[in-house]
Amino acid sequence: MPKEKKGVKLDHISKIYKDPKTKKDFYAVRDVSLEIEPGSFVTLLGPSGCGKTTTLRMIAGFESPDEGSIILGGEVIDELPPNKRDTAMVFQSYALLPHYNVFDNVAYGLRIRKLPKDEIREKVMNILELVELGGMENRMINQLSGGQQQRVALARALVVEPGVLLFDEPLSNLDAKLRVSMRTEIRKIQRKVGITAIYVTHDQSEAMSISDKIIIMKDGIVEQTGTPREIYYHPKSLFVADFIGEANFLRAVVSGQDEVTVEGVILNMQTGDIPAGSKCSLILRPEAVRIEDTGLLPCKVTFSCFMGAYQNYHVAVGETNVVINDYNPRSKKIYQEGDTAYLNFSNDSVNILRTD
Amino acid sequence: MKHSQSIRLEQKKFFSDPVLVFSILLLLVFLVLFILYPLAILLIDSIIPPEEGTVTLSVFQRVLALTRFRTAFVNTIRLGILTGVFSTAIGLLFAYVDVYVKVRTRMLGKLFNLVSLLPVVSPPFVLSLSTIALFGRSGLITRSILKIYDSNIYGLWGIVIVQTLTFFPVCYLMIKGLLKNIDPSLEEAARDMGASRGKVFMTVTLPLLLPGLGNAFLVTFIESVADFANPMLIGGNYDTMATTIYLQITGAYDKTGAAAMAVILLSVTLILFIVQKYYLEAKSTATLTGKASRARMLITDRSVTAPLTVFCGLVSAFVILMYIMVPLGALFKLWGRDYSLSLKWFDYMMEYGGFKAFRDSVVLSLIAAPLTAVLSMIIAYLVVKKKFAGKGFIEFVSILAMAVPGTVLGVGFIRGYAGGIFRSGFLQSLYGTGTILVIVFIVRSLPVGTRSGISALRQIDRSIEESAYDMGANSGKVFMTVTLPLIKDSFLSGLVTAFVRSITAISAIILLVTPSYKLITVQINEFAEKGYFGVACAYATVLIAITYGAVLLMNLFIKYFGTSKHVKEEA
Repeated sequence: MPKEKKGVKLDHISKIYKDPKTKKDFYAVRDVSLEIEPGSFVTLLGPSGCGKTTTLRMIAGFESPDEGSIILGGEVIDELPPNKRDTAMVFQSYALLPHYNVFDNVAYGLRIRKLPKDEIREKVMNILELVELGGMENRMINQLSGGQQQRVALARALVVEPGVLLFDEPLSNLDAKLRVSMRTEIRKIQRKVGITAIYVTHDQSEAMSISDKIIIMKDGIVEQTGTPREIYYHPKSLFVADFIGEANFLRAVVSGQDEVTVEGVILNMQTGDIPAGSKCSLILRPEAVRIEDTGLLPCKVTFSCFMGAYQNYHVAVGETNVVINDYNPRSKKIYQEGDTAYLNFSNDSVNILRTD
Repeated sequence: MKHSQSIRLEQKKFFSDPVLVFSILLLLVFLVLFILYPLAILLIDSIIPPEEGTVTLSVFQRVLALTRFRTAFVNTIRLGILTGVFSTAIGLLFAYVDVYVKVRTRMLGKLFNLVSLLPVVSPPFVLSLSTIALFGRSGLITRSILKIYDSNIYGLWGIVIVQTLTFFPVCYLMIKGLLKNIDPSLEEAARDMGASRGKVFMTVTLPLLLPGLGNAFLVTFIESVADFANPMLIGGNYDTMATTIYLQITGAYDKTGAAAMAVILLSVTLILFIVQKYYLEAKSTATLTGKASRARMLITDRSVTAPLTVFCGLVSAFVILMYIMVPLGALFKLWGRDYSLSLKWFDYMMEYGGFKAFRDSVVLSLIAAPLTAVLSMIIAYLVVKKKFAGKGFIEFVSILAMAVPGTVLGVGFIRGYAGGIFRSGFLQSLYGTGTILVIVFIVRSLPVGTRSGISALRQIDRSIEESAYDMGANSGKVFMTVTLPLIKDSFLSGLVTAFVRSITAISAIILLVTPSYKLITVQINEFAEKGYFGVACAYATVLIAITYGAVLLMNLFIKYFGTSKHVKEEA
């Protein structure tokens, strides 16, 4: 449906703010470069204060970058104010116009563009059908539930057929259940319409479920870019490993070619180009570790709890606490607090990161 | 230098919005021309008097050497302190009763509402008229009931009574807002520790309230010092700075001296205003940001409620009695002697220019009101929602007008426009016209409208307007389709407030009005001065009817057409 899907390119952009307390300048966004394919769904993910919303607002035009350029569909748009940019945003608070009904809210952008009446009517009705709000066009905004308001906000942004659709934590005001169903729906609609979308969230499961590509930000810097799969299985930093899903970190030393030492135990695994003698961390997902009577690393159980789908263990490997989620525990041996046991994991489920 | 790129980009974006640029320029011109320039010319004229043409302090020396002025200065300050203290104290009592005390009858609540509304809709000197009616030489109470034939209400205490009754409702509303923001659990915690109710008030409530009380005191002080009409009517020999400046111009024809006096009066109000605005106001909101977590347990103890409600009830009844005196004064044949009903004062009023006065006043105010309302909403919008250089300046100047006494502004306009701008003849044709009266009306009402507009706009989530920009609307479009509809109620009440303030204005206007225009307030002042009490009351009665009608109309309008109805329900 969009006239033209547009790609977005951020070329070394930075935004500097003044800290209101210390009066010192700091980078809210620092030297971010990105290339977003036309028609793809990209998520900016990170803890609060990481610069993701600032980046999005710079793309929308509400903020101006202090360094670098923003390119939308091959055109540099730095000097354009928000109302002249081919972007449409879905706001966190929905930002619907409370004095208009659903129809007028959705029609707002089309009226600004001075489309003929019939065409506006047709487009609005079609888009309301798409977001499953058919028949609600005469409701006032305050007569809608949170989820319905969210759909109106989405319809309003979609109807102007922008080159890129921007989402600023659009689901954070909804309750947990609705959040899950809405995110699936947003993804379906985006696929159907085939529009480029940039989505900001701090919720990693939202990001995983919705994106073609995730960009993880921290302190204004891009930490890692990749598909959800790449980011989960091959985190490039301890921060990313910890932020996405749960992770255990075992301190180790590379003691030779494809050989590491953990708590005095020598393990064989690919060490890549990490030179011998360097310190490193082994990253293990809780569901990728098994607890058995014999195995690689001796450990002591400090906590054991039945969670239904899995048995949750905390075990001590030397000084380090390791969390294990042992799925489908029905027919397995259950270890109790104080038991000694061994950890097992396959080499390909371990990630090794140099830490010195 | 780091920010240079974003500054350049913001500028580009700014200038691609011609409506925005144009309206800011227009505003700047208006504010400079009609607020800053008239004040500046006062200072310039008193340091570089046109008679001498060089920098000199001789004018100030001359003015300060006048015993008359020195007395007026002391008088003004004394008056301000007394009025400020009494108004704040009574306002506090009213607010305390309203928020803390369980009142048995619902009557009292309605009475409070009426009492707090009356000074808003009434012309400034109505209470002076009724005070004369009750306590003057032919006063209903003094002469007819108490048989005192030489009572003298004219003077300091007359003004203090009148000003206190006029200004305490403002204090009441201010303090009520603060009291409502005190979390009841703070006081409950103190009670729980074993403090008595009196102890709680002294150690918790009062300290929390102190900056707010200071704020209320200063606001009243400034109003009292700037008041012209009441000291004029009931001051007798007790001259204040405002009346002295007026007499210096109309009696002594000493315009340079008046300019210097105006500078002194302005400095007093300005300093207090800055203390109030930037020190106390910030402090009083900083201590009381908490939202009340739940309803307060009201005081039901008879020994507390009885005296408080009786006192407040009596004060309210007295205020209402005062207002009733005005139409009575117009209807009785001869006050103090012949209390038979007649319409002769109304006939007299219509015979001597009454119709023209009403027409002129209403027409000029009707022109000024919508202009003021639109202008103040635009200023509020720019101040709250936009970033641009000069924003602080616009906000400061438009709020600053609040601290400028009407008399000072009047002298400023005389000095600034009688010979054109800087006596160059440019814009000289403005002087003596209805246009300049309308401009003065606008300047006088602008701060109130701007302030209420700013607080209304701060309630609106920034992203609502951003979403409209994002959809492609420019600033003008956003203002018309989003901002204005969302603050329609505030706009309407700004409109009516501006109308009421304009039609009841006198202090600046009386210096600028020419014989080609007759204004109600000026007529009232004139007739009251000449001793035609009945005619003055007849004018005042019609004036109150007009302003009260306007307020009623506004309330009806908001009730049936206000947007906020469905917008607010959402929250």
